[in-house]
Amino acid sequence: MIKAILERYRQGHRTMAYPDAPLPLPPRFRGLPQLDGGRCAGGCKACVEACPYGAISAEGQLTLDMGKCLFCGDCSRACPNDAVSFSNDAVLASRSREGLIVESGKEFQPASGLEGELLRLFGRSLKLREVSAGGCNACEADTNVLSTIGWDLGRFGIQFVASPRHADGLFVTGPVSENMRLALLDTYAAVPEPKLVIVAGACAINGGPFKDHAEVHNGADGLLPVDLYIPGCPPAPLTILDGLLRLVKKIH
Amino acid sequence: MSFGMKTFYNGASFARSEIPLLDNDTFFQGVVDSIRGGWRVCSYCGVPTAGGATLYCIMSSRGSSGVLGIASTLVGKTFPSLTRISPQLHLFEREIAEQCLVRPEGHPWFKPVRFQKPLCDGEGVWHDSDGGGLLAGVMDYYRVEGDEVHEVAVGPVHAGIIEPGHFRFQCHGEEVFHLEIALGFQHRGIERTLIGGPSPRTMHLMETIAGDTTIAHGQAYCINMESLEGIYAPPRAEAVRGIALELERLANHTGDLGAIAGDVGYLPTASFCGRIRGDFLNMTALLCGSRFGRGLLRPGGLGYDCDQDIADEILKRLENVRVDLAGAVALLWSTQSVMARLEGVGQLKETDAREIGLVGPAARACGLNRDVRRDHPFGIFRMSQIPVITATSCDVYARAMVRWLEIERSLDFIVEQLSHLPRGGGYRNQSGGKLSANSCAVALTEGWRGEICHLALTDDAGHFECYKITDPSFHNWTGLALALRNQQISDFPLCNKSFNLSYCGFDL
Repeated sequence: MIKAILERYRQGHRTMAYPDAPLPLPPRFRGLPQLDGGRCAGGCKACVEACPYGAISAEGQLTLDMGKCLFCGDCSRACPNDAVSFSNDAVLASRSREGLIVESGKEFQPASGLEGELLRLFGRSLKLREVSAGGCNACEADTNVLSTIGWDLGRFGIQFVASPRHADGLFVTGPVSENMRLALLDTYAAVPEPKLVIVAGACAINGGPFKDHAEVHNGADGLLPVDLYIPGCPPAPLTILDGLLRLVKKIH
Repeated sequence: MSFGMKTFYNGASFARSEIPLLDNDTFFQGVVDSIRGGWRVCSYCGVPTAGGATLYCIMSSRGSSGVLGIASTLVGKTFPSLTRISPQLHLFEREIAEQCLVRPEGHPWFKPVRFQKPLCDGEGVWHDSDGGGLLAGVMDYYRVEGDEVHEVAVGPVHAGIIEPGHFRFQCHGEEVFHLEIALGFQHRGIERTLIGGPSPRTMHLMETIAGDTTIAHGQAYCINMESLEGIYAPPRAEAVRGIALELERLANHTGDLGAIAGDVGYLPTASFCGRIRGDFLNMTALLCGSRFGRGLLRPGGLGYDCDQDIADEILKRLENVRVDLAGAVALLWSTQSVMARLEGVGQLKETDAREIGLVGPAARACGLNRDVRRDHPFGIFRMSQIPVITATSCDVYARAMVRWLEIERSLDFIVEQLSHLPRGGGYRNQSGGKLSANSCAVALTEGWRGEICHLALTDDAGHFECYKITDPSFHNWTGLALALRNQQISDFPLCNKSFNLSYCGFDL
């Protein structure tokens, strides 16, 4: 017992100050895409061709759909004119599918908060049931991290709970494999109304690296009514936390 | 003992015509004899043909020769099951049936593996009338009947943030007589999609076979691509790949020790390790921007170089983390209430572990001295060896202790490598050329869960006719089921964490 106390004293208090203080991210972290269509040489489609998921479009304005993006950076490397790059900004979540499409010359609008009765119900206490539906376990791992002492998700009144009956909503990861479809829908049905659906990761939004495989449903979007989209492959823990905090208006 | 197998070393590629196509008797008898003689099956798979399937068996030799072997045979709609003689083949034979629609005659436990669609046209070998086949989790489960015997069913959706799987316990009071594990819920068709590849998406698929094993699976793929293209990765890239592989091992072993502490209700170590695991992931993010190493490995070398500033920063962080981790883990061994919950729980006998072909830290905790980094060295491990750790008590304690001792060795290895990274030669050689046609490439790596085996077979045009992935979890799930026998059902979470197997790596 005394050894545990001494070790606790030595290692000290390590919960991060975020959101009161900024959280430094590794310099090579690829966050919010920065597009500058003005730099494009006429007819150049190098970035479009570099993306095997069709996340980038150069028809009209240059756009990048973060819902399809794995943030691999291949487009940025393919571009001869620095028109596509990724910033260090981890604020990426959106309340709508269209909101994930970043457009050259337009500022990205982060997720807005819940309103009215939903905010009154969930603003101070949000309990989520996680369903892992066919992914690679990276989204799950970086969601689990939020419950460690460094992040301490509980201090914001947000908690992952063991039963859908105890939950205010679902937190879905994975492309929704056919083998998990029924289990996902049953779990959704078991959550009492009113309920939220949050999809995290490229898989749950659009199929991710498994997009268009016959064995998956290209995400939970289309199977369930989605309230919050958190892009990334996987989303950084900060991206997930920021999205959740914006949803319950702890960050504006 | 090698019954005419083609023998080769890890990371080699050769013409498919060099793989001996044996008659059925020689092949099946040879596999059985080799296993009796101490060889072990790394992978056993089928490629559908018009009238049945061609079966390929990749084996690892006994002892320190580093030799691998491969042989093949052509079968019709059925083939003899060897599972009764060599239990380590039981899942492989079921997988061949599920993927190629050829039936292993006499299989004692013939059930679906992933509830997947076959890789060829035709009707599955299981039907609704005999317990399912395509509806995930629906099959005939083993049942114990009798007074006071009851069944506990868990999953696929579990209480924590973990992957889906279905567990059926046959219990007598608190005691588990039998545990049956049904997987396949994470099946997303990776192997089927790879046929005809590679494509620009292929590297991403390799990185997401099991997200927590991005580097180990990524490296196995890179080795295969490099040998099929006839290129090699620069020395600096091999060193950084080794560093990334050990960082992956450190992060996961640390997380597992924390989770084991959490499951016996000892929160100090659980809390410390949860945080320190993140410290290791963040070091990988320094290398490539992703905590899981996405984008770091590419055929031909690396996606990102490791410059001196990054090497220095990781070295500095490692120094602090080593002290924190040692302090956190030492609490486990010096706390009697923890040790009482680890010792003697979830024992898996060495003979059983050997029979089912267990790999990785779970095997080493049963006294099986096997580690791909030493037995079939690849990349940097051809130049720099990491000592192999074993334990003999075969219980949760052994699996925890092996992890801690491996952590210490991995820390030493990374410090040594970062202190003198090879200079010159760049970090990536040109890749993307044509793969050699009608060839076979095999790569083994030692992921943090154990042996990973990737087999690539190319066709006339240099495209994949088959890309077979064997995750260590494919060998090890049965070990968890056996470790639960005659244990308290309340010890399941603890035993499960001590194996910490992958659902997605198994389900593919």
